[in-house]
Amino acid sequence: MVLTEDRTEKPPTRPVRRLGRLGRPDRAARSRGGQRFLLIGLVLASVYSLFPVWWLIVAATKDRTGLYQSNGLWFSGMHLWDNLRQLFTYDDGIFLRWTANSLLYAGVGSLGGTLIALATGYGLARFDFPGRRLVFACVVGSFLIPIALLTLPLYLMFSEIGLVDTPWAMLIPCLINPFSVYLAKVYTESTIPFELLEAARIDGAGELRIFFSIVLRMMTTGGATVFLLAFVNTWNAFFLPLTVLRGEENWTLNLGLYNWSGKRLESGVDLTSLVLTGALLSIVPMAIMMIAMRRYWRTGVTLGALK
Amino acid sequence: MIRSLRWKGAAFTVPFQLGFVFLYLLPIGYAVHQSLFTEQSSGLGLGGSTETFSGLDNYQQGLTDSAFMGSVLRVVLFACVQIPVMLLISLVLALLLDALTARAAGGFRILLLVPYMIPGVVAAIVWINLYSPEVGPLTPLGEAFGLDWNFFAPSMVWPSIGNLLTWHGIGYNMVIIYAALQAVPRELFEAARLDGASERRIALSIKIPHVRGALVLTGMLSIIQMLQIFNEPALFRNITPQTVNDSFTPIMIIYNQAFNAGDYHYAAALSVLLALILGVASFLFYRLTSREAD
Repeated sequence: MVLTEDRTEKPPTRPVRRLGRLGRPDRAARSRGGQRFLLIGLVLASVYSLFPVWWLIVAATKDRTGLYQSNGLWFSGMHLWDNLRQLFTYDDGIFLRWTANSLLYAGVGSLGGTLIALATGYGLARFDFPGRRLVFACVVGSFLIPIALLTLPLYLMFSEIGLVDTPWAMLIPCLINPFSVYLAKVYTESTIPFELLEAARIDGAGELRIFFSIVLRMMTTGGATVFLLAFVNTWNAFFLPLTVLRGEENWTLNLGLYNWSGKRLESGVDLTSLVLTGALLSIVPMAIMMIAMRRYWRTGVTLGALK
Repeated sequence: MIRSLRWKGAAFTVPFQLGFVFLYLLPIGYAVHQSLFTEQSSGLGLGGSTETFSGLDNYQQGLTDSAFMGSVLRVVLFACVQIPVMLLISLVLALLLDALTARAAGGFRILLLVPYMIPGVVAAIVWINLYSPEVGPLTPLGEAFGLDWNFFAPSMVWPSIGNLLTWHGIGYNMVIIYAALQAVPRELFEAARLDGASERRIALSIKIPHVRGALVLTGMLSIIQMLQIFNEPALFRNITPQTVNDSFTPIMIIYNQAFNAGDYHYAAALSVLLALILGVASFLFYRLTSREAD
């Protein structure tokens, strides 16, 4: 129903479709059945996409008996607050510590990484220096390097210099992100004209000043996308923290949840209820970021495809 | 360009270059170096251990290690099933979205992208619990239809992981394919319609060939990810350690060699081997798919 309304709005937004005027009657005839088929397919796919999330939300509101005995897809009793209290008090509130760690690694690491990436992308896109091609080749080439090849020797190197099991072991690798550099270069090419830089130079502005007060300001959209993708990556990271973090006080949320979900096999302690509530909570920052920056990340996702 | 400006431009990239050397080149060099040595404990292990240069022995061992090569084969076979299924669903959904109006398509696109926003570890936790006979709704659902399914049984573990990966990946792949579809000139479709082509014919003969590039790309990214699969099996291992053993996927073997067996040298050789396999796999996939396009 909404669809028919939309059809009439279509031509102004996409002038190219107006060419289809001649074909219209024919299209309308086929579209009744066709549209229904389209909608059924998409609704089914959406149900498949959403029901696990729905189940997780419902499960996080149940107490233990409810979790094991009631219908998984509907509520039975409201115990969300109890679950949250348990989650944050279990084991001296270690979950809160993990949350703070994840926020620290993802927040600070991505911020530093974004700044370095923007500078590098700008340098690569707007200056011609010897070795520029080589740097760019390294950026693109590194997309193919498997994580194990890097993580394992990195662990050994970090343990030589005493960084293993410290926040630095997570933060330092986040600072260098070739994919962010690639994105930053693409954004610079599309937003920073050469003429503008020339004009600023003629006005006597130094290169650093140009970068910080003109380039960075014009790159807020691109920078936001780079930051968002880096944040999501770090928040989702699992193999790196598993390798370089030993003591649980430095763990990330993912590592903590992984450990809790293995407790049952290891020591017979069933933490399912805590794991599920924790899992739901760990999605919340992602959801907030994604919604707040919807405008930016869409371009990021599609640009990501170009790599 | 002025000479000084060149160096100022290069200066912007210096932090990255330093970091790249320290975090990428050095570790790779170190891994290759480590892979050429073996550790030998002298005299009943009391006299400590010495590293001896062993050339390509570790690589030879890796190539004949049935557990390692088996895990590579296992993952490759699995990829041959899961990736085409996931891409086909993503393609169909992208085609469906493309046939909708922009506004409706936007709404569905967000809904279908929800799984992509969920961290991989959390996605695995959610599905493992959905599969669980104790808390998950899927077992009673199966019973209602007379199906006695056990998602953690040896024969079901890969399909269970496959469903999880498909659920997680459809949205992202769909968005990329959809973006490629949107870039196809609309006049082509109208011209084809005037010539009496059916919508299905248009999809098969115009739309799909135009998104071939996007399909190759998503396929390659998926292969790279699949060869490095770790999170999902690691979490499944928490539930069924007998089925998902510690040599289930290549990265699991590497991790175990390094941290449980303590053989960094062999682990390093295996990770270099995996990198080479990965390079060859993506190259072959790229050549194969782009030759068809000509």
